Amino acid sequence: MNIDKANEAAVDRIISSRPMLTGVEIARDVIPGMEDNLILHAGPPIEWERMSGPLRGGVIGALLFEGLAKDEKQAQGMAQSGEIEFAPCHHHRTVGPMAGVTSASMAVYVLDNVTHGNKAYSNLNEGYGKVLRYGAYAEDVLKKLHWMNDVMAPVLAEAFAQGDGMDIRALLAEALHMGDEGHNRNKAGSLIYLKLLAPSIVKIVKDSTVAEEVLQFLGDNALSVLNPVMAACKAMTDAGHGVEGSTIVTAMARNGTDFGIRVSGLGETWFTAPAQVPDGLYFPNFTSEDANADIGDSTITETAGIGAFAMAGAPAIVTFISGTPEDAINATLEMYEITFAEHKHFSIPPLDFRGTPTGIDLRKVVEFGVTPRVNTGIAHKEAGVGQVGAGLVRPPMEIFEAALIAFAERYELD
Amino acid sequence: MATSTFEIRLGSYFDSVILMHLQRALLDLPGVLDAGVVMATPANLILMAESDLLPTEAQKANPEDLLIVVRAEEEDQATSAIAAIDDLMAKRRSTSAGKFRPRSLEAAFDILPEARFVLISVPGRYAAGLAEQALRGNRHVFLYSDNVSMEEEASLKAMAQERGLLVMGPDCGTAIVQGIGLGFANRVRSGGVGLIGAAGTGLQAVTSRIHQLGAGISHALGTGGRDLKKEIGGVTALQSLDLLKRDSETRVIVMVSKPPDPEVATKLLSAARNTRKPVVVNFIGYSPPARKLGNLHFASNFNEAASLAVDLLGENNQSTAAGATSARQTGNDRRYIRGLFSGGSLASEALLLLQVMFGKIYSNFGGERLGEPTKAREHTLLDLGEDQFTVGRLHPMIDNDLRLRMFRQEAANPEVAFILLDMVLGEGAHIDPAGEFAPVIAEVLRQHAFDVGVILIGTDEDPQDYDHQRQQLLDAGARVFGNVLEAANAIGSLLGGPSESIVTPVDLEDLAAPLAAINVGLEAFYESLEQQGAKVVQVNWRPPAGGNEKLMSILQKMRD
Repeated sequence: MNIDKANEAAVDRIISSRPMLTGVEIARDVIPGMEDNLILHAGPPIEWERMSGPLRGGVIGALLFEGLAKDEKQAQGMAQSGEIEFAPCHHHRTVGPMAGVTSASMAVYVLDNVTHGNKAYSNLNEGYGKVLRYGAYAEDVLKKLHWMNDVMAPVLAEAFAQGDGMDIRALLAEALHMGDEGHNRNKAGSLIYLKLLAPSIVKIVKDSTVAEEVLQFLGDNALSVLNPVMAACKAMTDAGHGVEGSTIVTAMARNGTDFGIRVSGLGETWFTAPAQVPDGLYFPNFTSEDANADIGDSTITETAGIGAFAMAGAPAIVTFISGTPEDAINATLEMYEITFAEHKHFSIPPLDFRGTPTGIDLRKVVEFGVTPRVNTGIAHKEAGVGQVGAGLVRPPMEIFEAALIAFAERYELD
Repeated sequence: MATSTFEIRLGSYFDSVILMHLQRALLDLPGVLDAGVVMATPANLILMAESDLLPTEAQKANPEDLLIVVRAEEEDQATSAIAAIDDLMAKRRSTSAGKFRPRSLEAAFDILPEARFVLISVPGRYAAGLAEQALRGNRHVFLYSDNVSMEEEASLKAMAQERGLLVMGPDCGTAIVQGIGLGFANRVRSGGVGLIGAAGTGLQAVTSRIHQLGAGISHALGTGGRDLKKEIGGVTALQSLDLLKRDSETRVIVMVSKPPDPEVATKLLSAARNTRKPVVVNFIGYSPPARKLGNLHFASNFNEAASLAVDLLGENNQSTAAGATSARQTGNDRRYIRGLFSGGSLASEALLLLQVMFGKIYSNFGGERLGEPTKAREHTLLDLGEDQFTVGRLHPMIDNDLRLRMFRQEAANPEVAFILLDMVLGEGAHIDPAGEFAPVIAEVLRQHAFDVGVILIGTDEDPQDYDHQRQQLLDAGARVFGNVLEAANAIGSLLGGPSESIVTPVDLEDLAAPLAAINVGLEAFYESLEQQGAKVVQVNWRPPAGGNEKLMSILQKMRD
């Protein structure tokens, strides 16, 4: 068995992927296996009993949004009773930031990987403050969700229907040269996104008040493009998944309780361990005491070779990693040691346009004892409070060790 | 009442310099009576036990684990001292923060592609693997680590030789390349003496002394203490000789070593002769047959080696030509020596001297024994006074007949380049040996392109008349020597010794380029290189897979 060859194939498929944002649709219409009583969530599989505060809040919010429950109490009862099913977004070609809660009626982005033919999906980003992805489900939260679904989504859907698709790989390549790393910082990418959409929105929407609302909403939210970016990354890494004999990590995700990874050559198995509390900066009045354990599918960005891996190109946010621009450079240099290749399309100006470190190699993580870096937002441990900070987290080493041992068993290396 | 507390950190490697600093910092904390911060190797555990710093429960720590033990007046003082470790460690680290420290050699190669040397000072069980990685990365290795097995050393050096790379070590403490010291090295000025050492402190002693005497060093290459053992065969020393031979900065070479294997010593001396530069040899425990033999100068101690080198440097100052008496370009095939002796002791002395220069010498009395005494091969010395030749015949000191016949026969042999004879005058000996030999010598020298040398022993009062004998031989075209050493030296300057072929020569440019290196292990080596102005990358090395045997074995299988 030639692991290097297998890894080359897997990473090649990831890097050559060209995900195009081609539409906005309703989840039940497009997401494979989507059901009205199914709620998708971030991270590896988890049952209601073990869900953390923000994820439970998101589930309650989704049930209220769907009209399946009338109030919080009924929603909790339904979640507990088993009449609602839960599944990781990842099992349905989907990713979602933080709680990642996605239900059947929600509008979702559709990404087409035109290189390899696979698709990926992600919900729409709600912006800051009290939002479902941090487990909030108050009336105003739901109201905003409905506005997004009923007013904004049709506009976006029509905009994409009229175009040939938005090349998210190209958008990312450009944003990385404008100070984004594609995970915690998506300021530049979101502005590019707005710029690309603005003419169509103005053309499509007859009511200028609505046009203004939509443009304002997208423009105010520096994370507008995060969800399409995540889905694009998912489309890329999915293309690299399932290569026989490959040790490349194709998914990293957290559900607020566990951190899980999947490996290209190890099928659908998740390797999980308790998620840790990120090390970071907290907003005023919050401390690490308030923080929930790591949560969200947004680690798909690092899996695809951006996010914390591209930190050297995002000096504006080095304070999150408690440091200096040099620390940012060092963060990326460290990731080269555990990755298999350098990206052909994503590059880092301060490193002389070296390609970003891409394709986490299980072997190297274990050999050097270096786990992948992840930039992340930090959620409050209680449902609905929202974001309390941002910082850095690393997956637990043991999941990589467990995956290595599983690999040895699966391929009979013993 | 004093109390001890300990902590074991599994699979957590730090170099000992850092740990010693930590240990000292712990002692400054309130109430701390004694502290030990060590990697839990068997040797360290013994030391800790001797200092009464090894609680029974701590004995289970493995060599990859960090063991911290604190003895303090009060228990809470001990506990809080242990809790302070991380802060103390961070304090120390912050001084060197900034520059990126890769974990892997591969990443270090990316960062400093021009680095030609990798210094390795990690625990022995990991050292050979790292050295192999460095060689695969086409880098020379300075292997400070000990506890590398003889088999590993042999295979590393074989691999290095094939690729034109040096493995200095294992257990190599010192080297100077282009004026930059690797490992433990003294600050010495640059100059014309190049050194090769299988003895670390010996190398330091000689380089320092040369500096004190006002001269300087081109390069000093450590080979590791076992390089001249039979199992290794002097691979690194031979490569180094070949390098210093080609290096135009190096005008005098010094070789120092602990007692070498006799065969390896012969091989090295022969190679040293081929450098055609003055070579000072100081092999501890080796008794040289002469103080000076061709371009080889034997010293009996480090101090003398240094003085000799500096003297030779003075003599050899004008040009590199002085030491390079070029071998005579007779027909390519004429390259062997034949000695036809009448005197056994003279033959024995000649054997010892010529062995140093030419390695294998055949004879009927010592060295490599001839099967049939009359069948000479390669370099051969024959004592014609031995019983095999004197049965039914007069001794060759009286009767020249047999020697003359053999002389003609060997002269006609197209492989023979030099025939060495002895003539012992005095009472009882033949009355005019030169008179009988001279016409024959003259005759064969007209027929064949080779040399004839005669060691002439006697006095002006001898009945044969020393000067008359000498003159006849000279007139015939022979070289005449007053003693064996003189003869050996003359032969040495005429004929090249066996040349050990270097499979892939080391690129001289690697020594000449500004030194750039990668350091894996002892932080002190990194700091020293940086202070000396060399480009250096420190690898933040950890035992692979945290020292976990199972995971390491899987990783190894994945490589196969």
